[in-house]
Amino acid sequence: MSMAPAQKINTPARRRIDLQVVGPIVALIALVLIGMALNSNFLSYANITNVLARSSFIGIIAVGMTFVITAGGLDLSVGSMAAFVAGLMILVMNLLTDRLGVTLPVIFAGVALALIAGLVAGLINGLLITRVGIEAFIVTLGTMGIYRSLITWLADGGTLSLGFEMRELYRPVYYGGIAGISWPILAFVAVAIIGEIVMRHTAFGRHCAAIGSNERVARYSSIAVLRVRLATYVLLGLLVGFAVVMYVPRLGSASASTGLLWELEAIAAVIIGGTLLKGGFGRIWGTVVGVLILSLIGNILNLTDFVSPYLNGAIQGAVIILAVVLQRKGAADR
Amino acid sequence: MIKTLIATTALVTGFSAAAGAETIGVSIPAATHGWAGALNFHAERTVERLEKVYPDLDFVLTTTPDSATQVSDLEDMIATRGIDALVVLPFESEPLTGPIQRIADSGTWVTVVDRGLAVEGIEDLYVAGDNNSFGRTAGEYFAETLDEGAKVVVMRGIPSTVDNERVAGFEAAIDGAGIEVLAMDHGNWNRDTAFTLMQDWLSRFGQIDAVWAADDDMAVGALAAIEQAGRTGEMFVVGGAGMKEMVDRIRSGDKSVPVNVTYPPAMISTAIEMTAAGIVGNAPMSGDFIIASELITPDNADDFYFEDSPY
Repeated sequence: MSMAPAQKINTPARRRIDLQVVGPIVALIALVLIGMALNSNFLSYANITNVLARSSFIGIIAVGMTFVITAGGLDLSVGSMAAFVAGLMILVMNLLTDRLGVTLPVIFAGVALALIAGLVAGLINGLLITRVGIEAFIVTLGTMGIYRSLITWLADGGTLSLGFEMRELYRPVYYGGIAGISWPILAFVAVAIIGEIVMRHTAFGRHCAAIGSNERVARYSSIAVLRVRLATYVLLGLLVGFAVVMYVPRLGSASASTGLLWELEAIAAVIIGGTLLKGGFGRIWGTVVGVLILSLIGNILNLTDFVSPYLNGAIQGAVIILAVVLQRKGAADR
Repeated sequence: MIKTLIATTALVTGFSAAAGAETIGVSIPAATHGWAGALNFHAERTVERLEKVYPDLDFVLTTTPDSATQVSDLEDMIATRGIDALVVLPFESEPLTGPIQRIADSGTWVTVVDRGLAVEGIEDLYVAGDNNSFGRTAGEYFAETLDEGAKVVVMRGIPSTVDNERVAGFEAAIDGAGIEVLAMDHGNWNRDTAFTLMQDWLSRFGQIDAVWAADDDMAVGALAAIEQAGRTGEMFVVGGAGMKEMVDRIRSGDKSVPVNVTYPPAMISTAIEMTAAGIVGNAPMSGDFIIASELITPDNADDFYFEDSPY
């Protein structure tokens, strides 16, 4: 029943190297080699931890975005949504601190709130897209503006900050970890592994690909198209909430500039990873590689005086296009 | 882009008082970041106060998300409210120069705040902060405090003339002091970008003696990265603009944050007060009024702490 583009790609790749599969990995390895050549601290424990931990927010969101895009959708609101959820979480945690003091239940309440708020925000996007039938691009463009304005309004144009003592209590969620691996990295890895399993080995993942590939055929195959599509947006919203849970302990603040352009970074990571923007085929591990490529570019540029900082964006853009060109060439050869 | 699509103009105040009353229009950017938030806070507070002091004065306060909306706002003020004086912080210099010039030509008093117009001599009164002095004040502190051979990193803002003037002032002040600038990059006045940038600089450089973050939001990000790396005692961080959390840390004698440099958003109050005084009374108010950046130290920090300001 389900489409099997994954197999189609894998079978002939046994002998010949398939660029669509290795393209992103080649780009990642090239970046690592460049980093090593340019700075001896590149492979240090601290730098690797920094890069992986800071990738986790976009990474967690990008895993959810992979499902949305695979099912033929798009979500432009995730950056603003993250900022709004973070602001809401901080406000409520500050209110609760006044009542309950600096205690763990306040953190649990904040975490629960962030997850629920993300889920509800995703549900709103999903319902408007599937039940009201508005284009995903338009709906999420609208909610993107709404959430961005709401956070500005909540923060009164300034910055919402978690109370100092509460920040100290919550701080280890970003900076702590087990066995030297920090929590955001572990969270990212867990989300990615679960995402990969769901995408490849469950009916939901297959349904997403089927809908993105051909919605009408999917409907004839008795797939609940609207429900699956709705579920992808709810899942993405929930993951945005989860990313916020890891983000807030970092600086303990949210403002109008929080999460700016995260949506584009997440979408770029998904596409670099080999997922088709028009839907029908998604690859979670590719998304993870895409996220790492994007953060490594920034990291390497910061570690060197290689180019003028004015040109950082140009380098980033060139690498994104290059990584995707590598894959398209592979596809054309086949 | 999106802000253009969804943001609307907010007409905040304005009650018509006695006939023959004079009206002052105030047009400022919307509160999209901390400094602009404080600008709005001070503008609203000043308007409230002045309405009590001068019952004959009317105020129209608008906040705008972009240049195009600001132009429409100004047209509305002239057409429907018949303002006698205008206090404007232009969103951008070039697009606003023409419309403001037409207003000035029609005989309306014009006060321009902070961002100068592209053509000189339009405005009756110009009130502004001094970006060069902002950078110079920080640079002078670096030159005095740091020993020869000290190594510093510099975070710049969003690439703009404001940022260029600040950095030029800073570089001129440390010139000849033997301070080595290890790296200079754009933190875009953003906490998260500054955090990431500082993490990478800490990996890259074994010795950093001081950070000029040029803005308090960036200073917050830099301080978090330094704390994470466990290098808190090694360097100090100088931000700018006088965010109240930073002023509070200076007040309590924090070694990591020894001083700060002002770029007061309350300059909008200066502009509105001077305009009102010029309209109502006979005190001459035309000319340029440049507000120098001051150094906030533990000794004078109390004077710069505003409890109820959002910034």
